[in-house]
Amino acid sequence: MFTKKHIISMRDFSKAEIDVILKKAEELEPFAKGKKSNLLAGKILALLFYEPSTRTRLSFETAMKRLGGETINMISPEASSASKGETLADTIRVVSEYADVVVLRHSKEGSARMAADVSSAPIINAGDGAGHHPTQTLLDLYTIKRESHLENLSIALIGDLKYGRTVHSLAYALSLYGAKISLVSPEQLKMPDEIKSDLRKRGVDVSETTKLEDVISHVDVLYVTRIQKERFPDPSEYQKVAGTYRISAPLLKDAKDDMIIMHPLPRVDEIDADVDATKHARYFQQAFYGIPVRMAVLSLVLEAR
Amino acid sequence: MKKELRVRPIKNGTVIDHIAAGQALNVLKILGIVGRTDAVVSAVTNVPSKAMGKKDIVKVEDRELAPHEVDKIALIAPSATINIIREYKVKEKHKVAPPNMIEGVVKCANPNCISNTKEPVTSKFTVDKHEKGVQLRCVYCERIISENIVEHLF
Repeated sequence: MFTKKHIISMRDFSKAEIDVILKKAEELEPFAKGKKSNLLAGKILALLFYEPSTRTRLSFETAMKRLGGETINMISPEASSASKGETLADTIRVVSEYADVVVLRHSKEGSARMAADVSSAPIINAGDGAGHHPTQTLLDLYTIKRESHLENLSIALIGDLKYGRTVHSLAYALSLYGAKISLVSPEQLKMPDEIKSDLRKRGVDVSETTKLEDVISHVDVLYVTRIQKERFPDPSEYQKVAGTYRISAPLLKDAKDDMIIMHPLPRVDEIDADVDATKHARYFQQAFYGIPVRMAVLSLVLEAR
Repeated sequence: MKKELRVRPIKNGTVIDHIAAGQALNVLKILGIVGRTDAVVSAVTNVPSKAMGKKDIVKVEDRELAPHEVDKIALIAPSATINIIREYKVKEKHKVAPPNMIEGVVKCANPNCISNTKEPVTSKFTVDKHEKGVQLRCVYCERIISENIVEHLF
């Protein structure tokens, strides 16, 4: 039984609740590929995106429509009541009376939690500033479940582990499954100590290295993230680390046969195009899994009402 | 030998005892006393203590602390005891206990948090006790404040 009204942060979820979502996603996956469904017929999803997004917005819209539901949209934040000075809280109060479920992306951290406080409809957080993006974490977990295995997983998280909240949420969620996590990052972008100690307290085997070569032969999953240029006050510092972790096909010769490579996308130059054709690449599959996972989330919060 | 009193007893008011050494002035800051009251206030710092090694004590005359003020004290001096004094006698005595949740007391350290905008949001933190004192986690953005909580008071 799923009783969560809102989807705000991974910290709100127990392992059992995550498993319900992943199971539902598996059930709905055939409909993500085009099989007809009227599961959410007559339901309306409001998409409130105060910040640009392509994948997330389109995948929520696709998920809703594939299940027979409809979507309503804000044309752009500039054309919305926010530009007239309306608070987000008031906008949410109004829109949650129009729609059955609201997906929100906003620049301020904590905006989704506040929205949930005032909304009459379920709120799904599609990214709040540098904060949470729980459906991304859920689709990452789903990809690992479908393409590898969640129990006894050995995973390497690569790239910006300091600011990258995607990896923080994922690491936290994986702690519920007892994963072995290898952290691979440049010195300047190491995972913050409090997160590491939190993971260790939860029984995760955490190790750290700056070298990709240290992990590539023994992990089940390589989770690669983009190093964001805007994080560096000094551009020359960025140049030093920018090309550090570039996955190429030759680099994968020592990898396990069934090792998979994931990336939340968009990628810049972390993964060479020649990796796309290898048996390891799963990042496009991962992007597709956003559809069944968002279908699952939408149908569960609508049922839970 | 008669025990020497560092600070004379007060007739009416509040004595906050067992404050972690060095925090007396921060307690005064939380109470909003500095520069804003005519009350007689005494603060003693680094008093030898059996239980704590060293402690601080604050005495505020003619003022009985309200519960919301006690909550705030617990954030920076979790072992403090509050003694309400009437006619030189301790009439009420209790230990402060950090609440599980605080609202409207601390400002989130994250400038990009929704609680630091014009939105109608009251700042809200969950309070976790740990070895060195308390740790606050913003309910909205989940930013943690574990040091210098006093600097984040409204």
